[in-house]
Amino acid sequence: MLINCPFCGLRDLGEFSVNGEAVARPVAHDDFDDADLRASFVDAVYFRDNPAGLHREYWFHAAGCQSWLLVERDTRTHDISKVELARSQEHDKEMTS
Amino acid sequence: MTFSAFELVKNALTGQAGWQPHWRKARPKPAYDVVIIGGGGHGLATAYYLAKNFSITNVAVIEKGWIGSGNAGRNTTIIRSNYMLPGNIPFYELGMKLWESMEQDLNFNTMVSQRGVLNLYHSDAQRDSFARRGNAMRIHGVDAELLEREAVRAMVPYLDFDNARFPIRGGLLQRRGGTARHDAVVWGYARAADRRGVDIIENCEVTGLRIEHGKILGVETTQGFVGAGKVGLSVAGSSSRVAAMAGMRLPIEAHVLQAFVSESLKPVIDCVVTFGAGHFYISQSDKGSLVFGGDLDPYPSYAQRGSLATFCDVMENAVAMLPMLSRLRILRNWGGLIDMSMDGSPIIDRTPTDGLFFNGGWCYGGFKATPAAGFCLAHFIASGDPHPAAASYRLDRFARGCVIDEKGAGPSPNLH
Amino acid sequence: MTGGFRLPESGLIDRSRRISFTFDGKPYRGYAGDTLASALLANGVRIFGRSFKYHRPRGVLGSGHEEPNALVELRVNARREPNIKATTVELYEGLEARSQNRWPSLGFDAMALNGLLKPIFAAGFYYKTFMWPAPFWEKVYEPMIRRAAGLGAAGVSEDPDSYERAHAHCDVLVIGGGPAGLTAALTVARSGAKVVLCDEDARLGGRLLHESQILDGKPARQWVDEVVGELAAMSNVQILTRTSVAAVFDGGVYAALEHVADHLVKPAPFMPRQRFWRIAARKAILASGAIERPLVFPGNDRPGIMLASAVRGYLYRFGVAVGRAIAIYTATDDGWTTARELIKAGIKPVAVIDRRTKAPDLFADVADAVPVVLGGRIIAAKGAKGVNSITVENASGRHEYAVDAVASSGGFNPSIQLASHFRGRPAWNDEIQSFVAGDSIGGLTTAGAATGIYALGDVLQSGSATALAALAALEHPAKAIALPIAEPEATGLTAAWWQPGNRDTGAKAFVDYQHDVTASDVVLAHREGYRSVEHLKRYTTLGMATDQGRTSNLDALAIMAQLTGRSISETGVTLSRPPVAPIAIGAVAGDHKREAFRPVRETPIHGYALERGAIFVDVGQWKRPQYYPFPDDADLLATANREVNQVRSQVGVTDVSTLGKIEVEGPDAAAFLDRVCAMRPSAIKIGRCGYLIMLREDGILLDDGMFARFAEDRYVAYVSTAHAASTYRHMQYCRQVLWPHFDVNLTAITDVWVQLAIAGPKSPAVLQALVDPPVEITRAAFPPMKAAEITVCNGVPARLCGLSFSGERSFELGVPAGYGKALIRRVMEVGAPYGIVTYGSEAMGVMRIEKGHPAGGEVNGQTTAYDLGMERATAKDKDHIGQILSRRPALIDPARPRLVGIKPLAPTDRIRGGAHIFPKSAIPSPETDLGWISSSCYSPTLSSWIGLALVSGGPDRIGEKVSVYDPLRNSEVAAEIVPSCFVDPKGERSRV
Repeated sequence: MLINCPFCGLRDLGEFSVNGEAVARPVAHDDFDDADLRASFVDAVYFRDNPAGLHREYWFHAAGCQSWLLVERDTRTHDISKVELARSQEHDKEMTS
Repeated sequence: MTFSAFELVKNALTGQAGWQPHWRKARPKPAYDVVIIGGGGHGLATAYYLAKNFSITNVAVIEKGWIGSGNAGRNTTIIRSNYMLPGNIPFYELGMKLWESMEQDLNFNTMVSQRGVLNLYHSDAQRDSFARRGNAMRIHGVDAELLEREAVRAMVPYLDFDNARFPIRGGLLQRRGGTARHDAVVWGYARAADRRGVDIIENCEVTGLRIEHGKILGVETTQGFVGAGKVGLSVAGSSSRVAAMAGMRLPIEAHVLQAFVSESLKPVIDCVVTFGAGHFYISQSDKGSLVFGGDLDPYPSYAQRGSLATFCDVMENAVAMLPMLSRLRILRNWGGLIDMSMDGSPIIDRTPTDGLFFNGGWCYGGFKATPAAGFCLAHFIASGDPHPAAASYRLDRFARGCVIDEKGAGPSPNLH
Repeated sequence: MTGGFRLPESGLIDRSRRISFTFDGKPYRGYAGDTLASALLANGVRIFGRSFKYHRPRGVLGSGHEEPNALVELRVNARREPNIKATTVELYEGLEARSQNRWPSLGFDAMALNGLLKPIFAAGFYYKTFMWPAPFWEKVYEPMIRRAAGLGAAGVSEDPDSYERAHAHCDVLVIGGGPAGLTAALTVARSGAKVVLCDEDARLGGRLLHESQILDGKPARQWVDEVVGELAAMSNVQILTRTSVAAVFDGGVYAALEHVADHLVKPAPFMPRQRFWRIAARKAILASGAIERPLVFPGNDRPGIMLASAVRGYLYRFGVAVGRAIAIYTATDDGWTTARELIKAGIKPVAVIDRRTKAPDLFADVADAVPVVLGGRIIAAKGAKGVNSITVENASGRHEYAVDAVASSGGFNPSIQLASHFRGRPAWNDEIQSFVAGDSIGGLTTAGAATGIYALGDVLQSGSATALAALAALEHPAKAIALPIAEPEATGLTAAWWQPGNRDTGAKAFVDYQHDVTASDVVLAHREGYRSVEHLKRYTTLGMATDQGRTSNLDALAIMAQLTGRSISETGVTLSRPPVAPIAIGAVAGDHKREAFRPVRETPIHGYALERGAIFVDVGQWKRPQYYPFPDDADLLATANREVNQVRSQVGVTDVSTLGKIEVEGPDAAAFLDRVCAMRPSAIKIGRCGYLIMLREDGILLDDGMFARFAEDRYVAYVSTAHAASTYRHMQYCRQVLWPHFDVNLTAITDVWVQLAIAGPKSPAVLQALVDPPVEITRAAFPPMKAAEITVCNGVPARLCGLSFSGERSFELGVPAGYGKALIRRVMEVGAPYGIVTYGSEAMGVMRIEKGHPAGGEVNGQTTAYDLGMERATAKDKDHIGQILSRRPALIDPARPRLVGIKPLAPTDRIRGGAHIFPKSAIPSPETDLGWISSSCYSPTLSSWIGLALVSGGPDRIGEKVSVYDPLRNSEVAAEIVPSCFVDPKGERSRV
């Protein structure tokens, strides 16, 4: 598998490590023992859509620019349709909305 | 027909004409007491134990392809009960006892071979961790031995003892561990379940679950609707997809685990050996092939093919552990789809849907769990309560915080 | 006389170079350019080996990688290799080969008795037997089966050869250098695009080397020479011969194995035996040709019965006639071509037996020259050590022929294994009665015979057209090349599968030669319900041998199709698995073996530790000094005791450079770290150190360590060696993914700073001698937990922290890596008057256990801050990673295993890591198990063995008497639960 890093270009899988599905971290409020809040964290940390198809996931270019990347990849074919910096503005909005 | 020496000779003399199909090619009936989705080892074992232990025989096993087409036929055939955590040991030991009596129970030679499973250690810290595990096993009545380097050498003389990057210091041995012939386990359970009246329906894909008012009514399949009082899901590799039919999300990611076989060779490796300085395990089958594997591919996948990076990594581990492997050749490589759970341990539980039960999340270890998973899922389905040996494998453990994380890798499936 | 012989001329062998070799110890001679198989055939050898199960004598079936029978053991001693196909071994001077799976000799094999038991040893018989009595399986039956199974024996000594990995990149990879591959490569090459051309043979040309075609009125071999000459001269072309493409991976990555030195006695110095290529190609063309399939008939495994195309290949490539009385048994026009070629070579076939009732057009010359049996089939082949007669049946009755070889032609199967690696489903093609590749997947397209096109003119055209299409897809301009004109070629055939009848006659009709699977086995599998192709394969072991069923799968599928009343297409096909041909494990591993298995990381002052005689220990990839033995130290324990005592009484220095160091800088550094860490980094004062606790989001401890805050906006995190990389990755995740709005930067500086810990009551004096004025190392001026950026040794920039892991007054001093060696020498110099020692990780470990500091055994991915007694340091009122989930009920249960100290009642009783802990006098059981020893050591300070343990409700059990139970090592020790800090619990020593 080759990943097209926005900084480094097309690079081999071996340079990266993967963190799995791109899940937003729930926004905590003041009551840290709130049951719904805890449930939302349990859900975010442990539960996955695990789709057979398009999958948004985080990769870390460890042996490269050390960027975290947001990769869109089909889990059935491993075809990568999009690679962008995880910190890109567009993504920020998406993850916080 | 019961297999016996008499039948074998009789058929040898009559051109093998007297044998019959090992299981009927069943068509679905309109309804069953229990439908098991997934004709792998686990599903078939569940049906067998429902019939045998609970006399529930109005059971169908529904398989989308041919039985054993999933991980039951794509693993490295290792059986063992060398676990560390209290939530795991009783379950795998129940399994080990079932392996030990399997052939007579099923009247099918599944070639259970207790050749020993040896985990190598390379550092003091690793030895201490293995000691913690081995002692936990002993306390649970499971056999375990901590071997020093020379005892390891006597068992597996061709390991790299002299020039290794990470010298071998010793090993944790479970003598009762070993291997079994994976396909035969599937066929043995299928035949035994069939003989007790279970319908095994192949080439029948489940396309939906019929649920009304929170209760399961049956399954929609490519061969029509099949009614069911209770339904068990046993579809590792596809767990999330099938569970989604009941609106469930699971703490599971699908990953590819590669396995390898070498050409057939005269015996050189007698037991199962695992490397402690990398992820690698190897054994030699009765047919002479070396069967081995290593780390899973780190990214979620449903593609049933592995990466070159992992392929290379496994071979590096192979030669590092056993330099004699260098000139031997890989004959075949394949990738199995495994359910990686978020704590590395499985799930056997009821679901929020009344009458729907789930079995999955077996990570690397589904094959060895085949008999015990079937046994415990059958118990749960029949009695409505978890089997004591599998009482820790509940879905709510994540919310409660009592995960069963043998490796301490945390909720990162690719690290387990 | 029977068997093969060398023709007086013809062939691509070099008759001026004779080569001597041995087979089973007997000397033979061949020529340069021979394979082992061709040379043995030329010498009249017929039996090459014994089959897997029945130990039947076997000869050669084919002429390449499809060979199922002629497997030999090659070379001797450490270079011995089992299961080598004689058809793929290039002959070299001094070659030594032996037959396999026979005892005592190839001619007489005692295990051939298995053949007599054949009626019992049918497919799947193992599963029905060996179950009585139960213990006999492992003790009697299985050892017997294991000894009997396996073909060759593995060498057990170390491989003396080396391997290397190489990388190539191209626009188009062409796999196969036959006619289609050559026109494809030429088309790409002339367009200027980059092409890599691989062929498993030593010479390019493919089937054109094995046949007598004419192109543009000249021998095709001449055309091959011209094309190869042109390609070789082009700078955008890389030709890899003796290279088989083994597998395809995602993203157009191909693995290929180049046999660099397998045609030599041994590799030349510095020459790898094999080279493992990783080829990244934007497009690939699979021009791998097609393999003939044999016809199935009783006795078809007898030596001398071969593929017709192989018979022709031996004739033309090697100048070898495989027999003197050859019968052609064919369902194809191609079989007639072989007959014609034999006639031309002066070896008139005994007969042409065609399954069809009508002779094909274009072969009148053959029909005139040899007896033809139309609508015929072979119903028996006899000959214990090689075929000597066949019985043929057709409408006119039975005919017996004396033969010494049979050329069998059942049609050609495209070699599409690679196309299946992406799970591309092969598609049935009625015209050729075989499967072709399905849709192009992953940039790989088939061309030539691999697509089921067999006439040479079409094949050439196909290669070129496929290349043009690939270039078009790459938007690379290209022109069609002029193709040579081929002569017309007949490629007709009929389906001629084994037909299972009412009476089973297939017991000796072999489908899979290597695994001894017969037509009857397929019938039995069907009878017992193993009807899906995968069940058939697994139940009978069909196609699982080293040839992966190249010559057998389709014949078996056809039988199953007839039994189930389905078409072959409906019956399906098993997918080929990588690698295409077996590849050596060592070749893939490359030079990652022995000490070079994984990189070695050494700190910048590793060399100094070596000078001091340090013994090193592996910590991850690092080599850390474990202890510095004196000549009269009895053992590790003695050294460690001495080092500990010296630190606690005087002063010592140790290299802690392996600890992870991460610099955190920016206006939002404090705010960022407050989110990342469970304590409150923002509360650490500038110029001070503070504890570092990081949790995972699931509330489990990720790592602990220390912070130094050198400025308002600048921290350095010191984290554990083991977690350095993952902690850095995690912090980057927090910065880039979770909270990108923070203005903060992270730099991993582990490798660029050397860090020394200087510990002991005399450490202030040593430090004072190092630091540049006006820094003062006094209790008041540089108290514990102070952090400062200073200079040492006349201007060397340094970071100094008053940190203690040992419990003594202690400093951690960092300098840029290049100064490291000079610094430690200077430390030893100025420390000498104070009796300074270097101490290793062992002594450091002892001191940290004495102080109750958690390390790897405690921070093991299963424990929480609460478990390790750190909860007081964590902030309960801010949102940080792990805050929410660390509050789950099971993670704050007081009964969790929590950190305590363990002290044996008798100080000399050793307690070991991994022992479990039970209440005194309790019977050990899962229910009474309290926990385990996570770390242990002998404490010279207390003159006692001590341990840290994780004990259920531990801190609430201080003072309880327990049993430390270690059944693995037959030990049980009476002990007491004590606080985890054994030495100086008030921390007075660190403040002197």
